[in-house]
Amino acid sequence: MHAEEKMTLEKWPASPEKQTLEGKNKFVGFWLFLGGETVLFASLFATYLALKDSVPNSDMPLAKDLFEIPLVFTMTMILLTSSLTSVYAMYHMKNFNFKKMQLWLVITVLLGLSFLGLEIYEFNHYVHEFGHTFTSSAFSSAFYTLVGFHGAHVAFGLAWILALVIRNNKRGLNLYNAPKFYIASLYWHFIDVVWVFIFTVVYLMGMVG
Amino acid sequence: MSTIAQKRGFGAVLWEYLTTVDHKKIAHLYLFAGGFFFILGGIEAMIIRIQLIKPNNDFVSAGLFNEMLTMHGTTMIFLAAMPLLLGFMNAIMPLQIGARDVAFPFLNSLGFWLFFFGGVFLNLSWFLGGAPDAGWTSYASLSLASEGHGIDFYVLGLQISGFGTLMGGINFLVTIINMRAPGMTYMRMPLFTWTTFVASSLILFAFPPLTVSIFMMMFDRLFGSNFFDASMGGNTIIWEHFFWIFGHPEVYILILPAFGIFSEIFAVFSRKRLFGYSSMVFATVLIGFLGFMVWAHHMFTTGLGPIANAIFAVATMAIAVPTGIKIFNWLFTLWGGSIKFTTPMLWGIGFIPSFLMGGVTGVMLGAAAADYQYHDTYFVVAHFHYVIVGGVVFSLFAATHYYWPKMFGTMLNEFLGKITFVLFFIGFHLTFFIQHFLGLWGMPRRIFTYLPGQGLDTGNFVSTIGAFLMAAGVIVILINIIMTSVKNEKVGNDPWGDGRTLEWAISSPPPFYNFKQLPLVRGLDAYWIEKMEGKKGMIPAEPLGDVHMPNNSFVPFVISLGLFIAAFGVMYQADEGNTWGIPVIILGLAITFGSMLARSLRDDHGYHIHKEDLMDDNDKGVKA
Amino acid sequence: MKRLAKWRHLLLFSLLTLILSACGKPYLSALQPSGEVAQDQYDLMVLSTSIMVGVIAVVAVIFIIVLVRFRRKDEKIPKQVEGSHALEIIWTVIPILLVLVLAVPTVMATFKFADVSAMDKKNADGKTDALVVNVRANLYWWEFEYPNEEIITSQDLVVPTGEKVYFNLIASDVKHSFWIPAVGGKMDTNTENVNKFWLEFDEEKSDSDEVNNVFYGKCAELCGPSHALMDFKVKAISRADFDQWVSDMQSVKEPKKATSDLASQGQEIFNQSCIGCHAVTPDNTTPEAARQAPNLTNFGEREKIAGVLDHTEQDLKNWLSDPEKYKPGNKMSGTYGELTPDQLDALTEYLMGLKVQGK
Repeated sequence: MHAEEKMTLEKWPASPEKQTLEGKNKFVGFWLFLGGETVLFASLFATYLALKDSVPNSDMPLAKDLFEIPLVFTMTMILLTSSLTSVYAMYHMKNFNFKKMQLWLVITVLLGLSFLGLEIYEFNHYVHEFGHTFTSSAFSSAFYTLVGFHGAHVAFGLAWILALVIRNNKRGLNLYNAPKFYIASLYWHFIDVVWVFIFTVVYLMGMVG
Repeated sequence: MSTIAQKRGFGAVLWEYLTTVDHKKIAHLYLFAGGFFFILGGIEAMIIRIQLIKPNNDFVSAGLFNEMLTMHGTTMIFLAAMPLLLGFMNAIMPLQIGARDVAFPFLNSLGFWLFFFGGVFLNLSWFLGGAPDAGWTSYASLSLASEGHGIDFYVLGLQISGFGTLMGGINFLVTIINMRAPGMTYMRMPLFTWTTFVASSLILFAFPPLTVSIFMMMFDRLFGSNFFDASMGGNTIIWEHFFWIFGHPEVYILILPAFGIFSEIFAVFSRKRLFGYSSMVFATVLIGFLGFMVWAHHMFTTGLGPIANAIFAVATMAIAVPTGIKIFNWLFTLWGGSIKFTTPMLWGIGFIPSFLMGGVTGVMLGAAAADYQYHDTYFVVAHFHYVIVGGVVFSLFAATHYYWPKMFGTMLNEFLGKITFVLFFIGFHLTFFIQHFLGLWGMPRRIFTYLPGQGLDTGNFVSTIGAFLMAAGVIVILINIIMTSVKNEKVGNDPWGDGRTLEWAISSPPPFYNFKQLPLVRGLDAYWIEKMEGKKGMIPAEPLGDVHMPNNSFVPFVISLGLFIAAFGVMYQADEGNTWGIPVIILGLAITFGSMLARSLRDDHGYHIHKEDLMDDNDKGVKA
Repeated sequence: MKRLAKWRHLLLFSLLTLILSACGKPYLSALQPSGEVAQDQYDLMVLSTSIMVGVIAVVAVIFIIVLVRFRRKDEKIPKQVEGSHALEIIWTVIPILLVLVLAVPTVMATFKFADVSAMDKKNADGKTDALVVNVRANLYWWEFEYPNEEIITSQDLVVPTGEKVYFNLIASDVKHSFWIPAVGGKMDTNTENVNKFWLEFDEEKSDSDEVNNVFYGKCAELCGPSHALMDFKVKAISRADFDQWVSDMQSVKEPKKATSDLASQGQEIFNQSCIGCHAVTPDNTTPEAARQAPNLTNFGEREKIAGVLDHTEQDLKNWLSDPEKYKPGNKMSGTYGELTPDQLDALTEYLMGLKVQGK
């Protein structure tokens, strides 16, 4: 089966992302990459926990002074919803429903954008209200690096999904691009999972003290 | 379409290498780039030893000496040993599992160019205001205090080449998981493939902590963050932890493939199946696993407290057990065998006592309470050179001789090879054995000079003499390589005559598609099994059909070049009054991400070699 | 015959020198332990080395047999052996046992060396009964503060023999490592936290002729260009001598007046350009940040100048006129103008006269 062959619903296999050797390789390779990414974020979490509230003088804001749960909770909900919408997209991909897949991917991107917007607002708020900048203390450096790395991953994921959506808009699904959509959505889930940990470790535990 | 080798001009060859995605050509690139950096690191080593030949010597200044020792360590680990091993993995592993290429040929090329540009960037520091001078470990307080851009070169150069290595690791893992020939089960894989597999997983999990710590160092030095600045709440011990969480597995990333190479060589030149194959595999995996549990033994004197020190001491000693298993399995592979002392085998024979010596001093270092004496002295210097030179470098020399015919189709001269071995072996022990004692006599490592009257003079003199012998050995192998290449006498599939694994079943060098038909693997040492049954080659596992091949691409070079350019911007934007830094960062990243985008927007399905062309191409491929 | 005997003598002689020199210098070598910690560490080295020599011997025997017996003699294909469970169990179990034999004393010693509980036991004055020294490592010099005795000295650590001396270790700029090889293993001086350990200095060994009460100390962590030159000395003396030294030091309440004319000129120069960084009184009341250079109260009684140069007037003049030449990257270079020969003479006279012990 050649990857670029024109497909129909009848010919469409059960797991289109793993039909070609290239697809299989991408699938395994991407899971391994996510393993490496997990260690990367684990390292950032460890750094954050080691430097949490570590400031040079006592009038600098600490975690419990900074965070506001309602805002972060909204961000969490938005990102979790976007994970769900990308699941819908993959559901339609497996059923060879290209239009619906594209639609759900676009919704995912919009949700991701609003998350990113709120994050930028949040950072801006810390900088202007509290003077909590990247350079003000070890705590602030660790905070912005951890959350910012995640934010950069979100931004990259958005650009990636968007590029896929636009590039394939005219030609529909085939066995060549199915693995591409699949791993992009895998990446998006991974970002969501990381955020769940950030929400717990940074924000919830930060509120506790 | 057909790229079957013809006489071509220099420009065409250069372009071929710049754009190649063929694992065998990428292996050549790794071999030459890694070899170049190996020579560079060797020259730095010689300067270090010449400076220390007598007390109060002034061959180089104190500051320059620190740059030398930093660049020697960094170059040898990141730019010589690892790339050379990646080169042999690239050349041999796909052949050993009966694959036509690696899983991601494009990423393979990208990995090489990232490593190459990272290495070039790092070494440009010599010409642009001074090399890094805080040791290859670059401990945070010193590296933050270091003036100039030396440490910035270290940080950015390693970041770029580190991405390349990570890609290589993932690539090999997927190749081994997905692309083994029919019948090649995990427990039939040659040991070099197994060690490649385990080393690649170590790369996957060990490099991210390095990436993170290097990012933090970069932020601290160039963007004003405070991870390691104690006065701003930072903590330098974090760097030590991350560096060694990476650094210890890194040692196994180097030594496991070396074990693999010697396992192949011992079996071939004693004409015997590897003794205790399954326990060898088990020991490899166990060493890889334990490699992540022992990092703090590099930090026994940091002050982590007795509980942590005791735990890490015992964990470290535990590694002696699987390593011991390996040593004895090798010995019993030789036992009862029919040993032929070829050059690769000589390196193997030299490896056993040399590595054993490094292994036992490793256990001694693991005894935390005693390590307070050894730590950061020449005892440690002796230990890790026994492991890395006696293990890894020996394996690289062995592999160079052993695989040269497979990679280039011609044999290195055996006589010169043996001369190299004798010079290097004697020089190596002369250089490093005495260093154990120098350390115990009170010589700290990384000192640019020592005073007379401390009992250190004779030992250092002897050590330097040994270093000259090692250098002579390297010069002989270079002469050997040049002579051999000029003569270029072609050899057949199995030039050593006793090949056991799949790579010896096809021509030397193999055709660009490796196997015309994927071979059927019927057991461990697949080729040996067929030979013993009187067959000339492998049984094909599939009918002759079209072969799918990837297209060459210049994009990996451009992606890497973009990061190389951006790195200059990142480094110089922190200078006072610098205006061009930020635009250069943007330009570099635009090149990188732009070419990545272009790559993903333009479909590249590769091409097919047609059945008919393969049949014409009779003198290549599997003779089935 | 005669010639053979001569050779034999020569061989014996060279072997003897080899063995003797194989232990290094008694004031510097970890192989000639001069204190409880170093002795325990030495014993651990001997234990681990003997186990390892045993392992090496076994491997060597097999190795030699293999090389001699199994060379290729004909083109016969040897028997393809898969492995042997019995053998594999043997060479798994025996190493585990050997490791255990080594692990137990290692763990015990590790905890023993980390036992600094005596530093927490305060007496009625809020001081400890045990002798405590606060070590502060700087680019490229060492400061030793005795918090109980409330005095400070630099470069030459003075300690009593025959008792445990406890150390608080910290660095003020970059990381260093505090190491007195003959007396015990090292411990790092970190920038962010205080490390604690103890050492004991053997009375008999330090009184020996070769040691002559002075051990060599080193920085063991790369800290910059002059890392190699960041040496210090340890004067290990009897408790009585130590008490005498402490009271001599304590008696210096204000800068000692120079006695000769030349020295007075020197003191004047010193007070103009040096005293901002170098103190000449041993009290520990000034904050750490203000103590930017070695305390010179007893400079005239030091073992070395700047840790590495001989303690002579000429070496002192050399050092003062161009410190960068002798210790690259040090913090004193360039902090004062060029000194004329007269000024050098005067300063030298003054500095060499800074003594606290009336010898």
